[in-house]
Amino acid sequence: MAEILDYTIVSIILLAIGIYGLTVKRNFIRMLFAVEIIINAANLNLVAFSRLMPVPNSTGQTFALFSIAIAAAEVAVGLALIIVAYRIYRNIDIKGLKRLSG
Amino acid sequence: MSDPYFIAVSAITIASAIIALEFRELIYGAIALAITLLGVAMFFVLLDATFVAMFQITVYVGAVVVLIIFTIMLVRRESWLKLDEGGRRRVMGAVVALAVIGLVGALLAGSSIARWQASEDAPTLMQIGEEMLIYYSPAFIALAFTLAASVIGALVLAKVERGKEREGGGVEAKEDGEESGGRVGGEGGE
Repeated sequence: MAEILDYTIVSIILLAIGIYGLTVKRNFIRMLFAVEIIINAANLNLVAFSRLMPVPNSTGQTFALFSIAIAAAEVAVGLALIIVAYRIYRNIDIKGLKRLSG
Repeated sequence: MSDPYFIAVSAITIASAIIALEFRELIYGAIALAITLLGVAMFFVLLDATFVAMFQITVYVGAVVVLIIFTIMLVRRESWLKLDEGGRRRVMGAVVALAVIGLVGALLAGSSIARWQASEDAPTLMQIGEEMLIYYSPAFIALAFTLAASVIGALVLAKVERGKEREGGGVEAKEDGEESGGRVGGEGGE
């Protein structure tokens, strides 16, 4: 059984990869990938602390379930924004997306 | 760090997360993202959270990644493959990522959670169900409304307004007209 420190370290590495993607990438869909990776790092932390605390606590798993559902909603809106941006600009390079008013 | 399953799953997860962001073809990146999300589900299984793992696989791999793949197929273009971030930007991003790892890792290694003794028993599914449906039931209902609102919002955003697009969009409308005109002309020629 791995310790809680190992899980937090994996979670930090995933968070760092996500931050790298958000700062470097210019493609809208890649930035959405990075956001997904960051959300999963957070969920991993929640579940790891829920299981490996000195007294196990089911609240972490409940919050992870809520978090997954919210992330699904966020992805639906993000992909709709990508479709709108593509329809207006024929491109999803975020340097070109100066306005989304239509 | 003695558990071989843990090491294998973390290697798969981190490697596929890097591939998801760095692979040139976007659709393979989406598949690598699916592998990352499956790896996180494996972590949930290792943590005795099988219900969360099942939920993760159903929602993320079953719905989110499929949605992303369909969107990529709808909007994909060859010119994105040549989209270059520039070396300086990439180096700065890597520096920021390594700084995050170093700072938060040092903070955690110095904290007291390294000495925690993990408990033997895991939270049961019954506890999660009671907590979610009794104690957090207002949050559950609010979450249902949030999901409904986001789906309606996504539909409104992605809806095609035919008349408005022809009036408003100058260049795009012309392009569309030319494309459809060319298609009609081609069919007529045949």
